[in-house]
Amino acid sequence: MPDPTPSDEAVIEISKLSTSFGDHVVHSGIDLEVRRGEIFALIGGSGSGKSTLLREMILLHRPDAGSIRVLGVDLQALDGGDANGETLALRQRWGVMFQHGGLFGSLTVQENVGLPLREHTGLDDALIDEIAASKLAMTGLEPKVGAQYPSELSGGMLKRASLARALALDPELVFLDEPTAGLDPESAGEVDQLVRKLRDLFGLTIVMITHDLDLLWQLADRVAVLAEGTVQGIGSMSELAQMDNPAIRKFFDGPRGRAAHEQDRQQADVHTSGETG
Amino acid sequence: MNRMSAAPAAIAQSSPQELALSGAWTARGIGAIASQLDALTAPAGQELVVDGARIEALDTAGAWVLQKLVHRLSGEGKTVRLRDLRPEFTRLLEAIEQQMADQEPPLASSSIAPASALERLGRNVVASLEQGFALLSFVGECALALGGCLAHPARFRWRPILYNIRSAGFDALPIVGLLSFLLGVVVAYQGANQLRQYGANIFVADLVGLSMLREFAPLITAIIVAGRSGSAYAAQIGTMAVTEEIDAMRTLGIAPLDLLVLPKVLALLVALPLLTVFADVLGVFGGMLMARAQLGVGFADFLDRFVKAVSVTAYLIGVGKAPVFAAIIAVVGCFQGFRTHGGADSVGRQTTRAVVQSIFLVIVADALFSVAFSALDL
Repeated sequence: MPDPTPSDEAVIEISKLSTSFGDHVVHSGIDLEVRRGEIFALIGGSGSGKSTLLREMILLHRPDAGSIRVLGVDLQALDGGDANGETLALRQRWGVMFQHGGLFGSLTVQENVGLPLREHTGLDDALIDEIAASKLAMTGLEPKVGAQYPSELSGGMLKRASLARALALDPELVFLDEPTAGLDPESAGEVDQLVRKLRDLFGLTIVMITHDLDLLWQLADRVAVLAEGTVQGIGSMSELAQMDNPAIRKFFDGPRGRAAHEQDRQQADVHTSGETG
Repeated sequence: MNRMSAAPAAIAQSSPQELALSGAWTARGIGAIASQLDALTAPAGQELVVDGARIEALDTAGAWVLQKLVHRLSGEGKTVRLRDLRPEFTRLLEAIEQQMADQEPPLASSSIAPASALERLGRNVVASLEQGFALLSFVGECALALGGCLAHPARFRWRPILYNIRSAGFDALPIVGLLSFLLGVVVAYQGANQLRQYGANIFVADLVGLSMLREFAPLITAIIVAGRSGSAYAAQIGTMAVTEEIDAMRTLGIAPLDLLVLPKVLALLVALPLLTVFADVLGVFGGMLMARAQLGVGFADFLDRFVKAVSVTAYLIGVGKAPVFAAIIAVVGCFQGFRTHGGADSVGRQTTRAVVQSIFLVIVADALFSVAFSALDL
């Protein structure tokens, strides 16, 4: 299972997906595919439907038309009941880290992380506490954080705790909604390394929404650009950087886009010279 | 790999020196063998070989219990050798081993010892006193804000005041009307039997008129409004506190008291007396219907007696209590809203407190009014 190099097996297949809210058309014919073991990023301007697409992938919203297959299951064929057997089994195979954490305010951080284990496995409480503590440690949180409540945590700690909960059941697929938004550059860099470490260790497939250009250059294997209801381009960041589509150019031509690109190129140079030398 | 179809984890000790592991060592698969693992022992001085060739799946939970077993046996002075693990499982085990070495013992979920009865009592007393003082200072702040607004009438926010009069007053008319009507029916019905025994049928007007106007109408209206609007005030302000809207308001130079509290207090001061008058009318009407049905007292006779029995004082006493109740409900509701800290949980708790405390205080105030009125012979 843990195979860091992406394979050709598709974990998520989306075809001809359309969504609209009233008169407002969000998606008009989206096709994309996420392969096992890759870090896949969705980008696009505000209102381009990234979040709606993510919500559709994790069964929180139903598209109007088209099909989504996640982990080999056709989401349209599920009856949508929250506690339904097949839906539940599928939900346990992925983990979601929400933008604002989505941690339960009435539980401590450790109880939050242990909750999926308590609900869905027959393990005893002491073992669940140990495993929850190990997940927290894995995401770089100190043990004392486990006893705190989410309202006492800083933004970066909330994201880590939320990630720890998403990983509680060792999912095959993890969705990250803005993993670095609102974090200082150092914490953002740590999240970057953390995601890479988890992918390498568990062979996770990771789908993320992000605006963080550094994260995109350093981490994403493939990136899909969403605009005007469709996928405008898909490929690695360096491939996208070559494309002429104006919707894609926006991300590269701003001063921030150029700076991130420059930085990545320098780091790549360091890597290659280090390897050959 | 498909974790769903694998058999649960199993462990077999074929000889004292050899353990064979099989199945899915995953969070869902290891539930059954956790106790078996704790009981495992191995002879001292010899190497224990753990055969992992038939492990079908391993996740962090599985790796964790396996590593714990190895750790415990090594701690007892035994040598443990893992054999034939798939390379990816070995990597995971190594990562977990590394982590286990770094990690401090986890905190137990229920590490806080339950407090003794005496300690709880003490804490409750201190918390109640603190809350009492906080409420007092909140009332003071509201009074200051009101004073400020009276000095500069432009600071009054008319739109929210009118909006609140509608939502707390006008929108409450149906429920207040229905309940006080039913209350009038019940009072007349209960009195009917007693009055009939003495042939004092006509005195039903005294009974219904005085009890409704002096006590029941103001009280039932206040209780309904506390449940309807007091809770809404606490929940609205509490949610705004959680989402930092109150802080935002302060930084924009808008006093939350001016915008959120005063309009509610003023609106309720207007709405509650009006609702009470409405409740008076419907309550007496209910009693009148019942008097005709049960006691044969016609509407004309009833009203004739009503005018003689019920003084204007009785009516004013009832309506005069309403502004006091209104102030209690609005201030307590807003006060509990502002005391919300943390998350959704806290909003619920404060809303409950707002309703319970405002109804409690309304009834206490009503009792004090009764004592005061009887001292004044009203």
